[in-house]
Amino acid sequence: MTTSTPKRPPARPWRLSLSDPRVAGLFWQILVVAIAVAIVAFLWSNAIHNLSVRRISTGFAFLGREAGMPIADSWIDYTPKDTYLRAFIVGVVNTLRVAVIGIVLATVIGTLVGIARLSSNWLLARLAAVYVEVLRDLPLLLQLLFWYVLMQGLPAARQAFKPVEGVYLSNRGLILPSVPLHEANWWTILALVAGLIVFTFLRRRLIAQQMLDGRARPAWPYALGLVVALPVLVSFLSGASWSITLPELRGFNFVGGLTLAPEYFALLIALVTYTSAFIAEIVRSGIQAVPRGQSEAAKALGLKRGFVLQHIVLPQALRVIIPPMTSQYLNLTKNSSLAVAVGYQDIVSIANTTLNQTGQAIESIALIMMVFLTISLGISLFMNWYNARIALVER
Amino acid sequence: MSSVAHVPQDPLPIGPRPAPRALGGHLTAWLRANLFASIPSSIMTLLLLFVLGKACIAFWQWGIANAVWIVSGNDTAACRALRGVGACWAVVPEKYRFILFGTYPFDEQWRPALAVLIFIALFVVSSRRSFWRKELFLLWAAALIVIGCLMWGGFLGLSFVTQDRWGGLPVTLILATFGLAFGFPLGILVALGRRSKLPAIRSLCVLYVELIRGVPLISLLFMASVMFPLFMPDGVNIDKLLRAQIAFILYAGAYLAEVVRGGLQAVSRGQYEAADALGLSYWEKHALIVLPQAIRHVIPPLVNTFIAFFKDTSLVLIIGIFDLLTTAKTAIVDPAWQSFSVEVYLFVGVIYFVFCFAMSRYSRSLEAQRTQG
Repeated sequence: MTTSTPKRPPARPWRLSLSDPRVAGLFWQILVVAIAVAIVAFLWSNAIHNLSVRRISTGFAFLGREAGMPIADSWIDYTPKDTYLRAFIVGVVNTLRVAVIGIVLATVIGTLVGIARLSSNWLLARLAAVYVEVLRDLPLLLQLLFWYVLMQGLPAARQAFKPVEGVYLSNRGLILPSVPLHEANWWTILALVAGLIVFTFLRRRLIAQQMLDGRARPAWPYALGLVVALPVLVSFLSGASWSITLPELRGFNFVGGLTLAPEYFALLIALVTYTSAFIAEIVRSGIQAVPRGQSEAAKALGLKRGFVLQHIVLPQALRVIIPPMTSQYLNLTKNSSLAVAVGYQDIVSIANTTLNQTGQAIESIALIMMVFLTISLGISLFMNWYNARIALVER
Repeated sequence: MSSVAHVPQDPLPIGPRPAPRALGGHLTAWLRANLFASIPSSIMTLLLLFVLGKACIAFWQWGIANAVWIVSGNDTAACRALRGVGACWAVVPEKYRFILFGTYPFDEQWRPALAVLIFIALFVVSSRRSFWRKELFLLWAAALIVIGCLMWGGFLGLSFVTQDRWGGLPVTLILATFGLAFGFPLGILVALGRRSKLPAIRSLCVLYVELIRGVPLISLLFMASVMFPLFMPDGVNIDKLLRAQIAFILYAGAYLAEVVRGGLQAVSRGQYEAADALGLSYWEKHALIVLPQAIRHVIPPLVNTFIAFFKDTSLVLIIGIFDLLTTAKTAIVDPAWQSFSVEVYLFVGVIYFVFCFAMSRYSRSLEAQRTQG
């Protein structure tokens, strides 16, 4: 018996007509690409011409020039004598500062509100629903301006609200007590982080060993040693001091402590409340997507309530929650650019000032886009990695 | 052979259990079940009632009991005396014409008002399922042309009003509606392009969508207001509102393309193959078979995108176009009324809320219909 290999049908000869799908495909592609190239070339030649008429030189050489713009609220050293490049870096740090803290706070508040919406307590569920509905249906910019106006309407520093000792709320913003960080403190923090990393790996090994022979191996002695004892020892040896500095009112302003400027504080509140309303809906639908039978079956097995939530419900809910959560994080980061409306100097605001000072419109806007595309890509990559980690492993 | 051994006898029927005894009346039973089911729940209820009560009393005192409702002219001394204690609602009757219609000539403001009514009628008609027919496209075209004629004027004795005098609610509605009306077809084309087998077209569409979605809307608006004039040939000068409108159309196109793409993915393969077997061309296949099903799948997320888009039009404040939020912010520049921004923002907030809430309710009812059907 001879096995007959199936023969591929002979390739049809090309016909030079639009009724041949291959020719049609090629034709349309060439047409569309040609149109796109023509439009870009047209705009580009106009831009070159206009720039030469207005005597604006293209290129990023202006980044090395002295910026001369004051930046009030910065975490890294900056004076108006520094270059535009440094001003841009300050802007990126300011954007990240509001985005990262905003994402963390919005996740916490959004999760709490989302769980509250499912509460059996009628009043709590209703209030959470009202919170979500009101915040979702108002433009973020309106909310931001509203918070900023409220912030400006607060009493002056002398009559500041003082809810707790050391915390002041006035038209200078929110002032919190702080712990000054010296070199010794950083060593201790480093030891803590290192201890946590080592402990995570150790715990994973202990669980892997338990998988082999079924004997439970307690992890807490390692936790005590690595996460508690090690940092304490390092702190003691390096002589770190952990004294808390309380802010003090001197004259018309506060000295010491950590100051959140009103612009930053208003932006943070607006972003966090607005995004948390969306996150609450995502969390609610994620929890509701887990069939009730799952938790009932787990309870029937005699598992404890916390265990059921942690090992049965949450892992399944997270699979539904993570992808839309990623786009909320991206939205929050992009929305942080509204800072320009209240005068918080993020990357967009600084690029806008640069644009007005130098006329380098194309370069400034290209920088904004580059920064945001990079941040977006970073968040997407991280969340995709996390999503792949928690995805259902099918055997 | 013995008969089937041991057939269990019919057990005696047991009557239904009596209903559990409700403690107290209907209301008490409800309260016990929903507010005081357990000790932690009761503590939570009491805590929430306390906070809610305090908030309500504070708002009542500020917003109603101590509020100033009307003042004569620009004499805001009464309002300023009560600053922080009572609201000054007098700012609303004084400024509402400016907030709603901006600097449109005062005597002609019935025209933007009529345009707003036409917009609302258009939305209501479009939301009814019985109107989802081809004629709806004609209706939209007609309505948008009528609105354009009303706003510009220049015929039938209507005076001509240039775009830079338009403002307030009509501008917000124009930006949102025209953005959607042109962005939606663009989005469909891009979604089809992204699923096309032709690599050059597909990569162009991917580039467009990802580039627009990766950057904030503000940077697109900056581009429209600062960079766009640089890209135009000499002598061509496009109006600021139109430039912002173009930016919005491009922005809406990218986001709607992703929603439509989701719908296209939900249409089963058999539908495509059946259309091919019938010998339909690419455009016939998509217009008659695929797109009607795909769009039906994604109507709720489409409405959610519309809501987000409607709210996003407020960002034109940053490039200085007079939409509803910008007129509100400008209304309180007037020194006499400077310190009453909270009241004005609340007023504008109610307008935005009514539009968005109606849309979100509508989206939810559509979703409920779909899960039932």
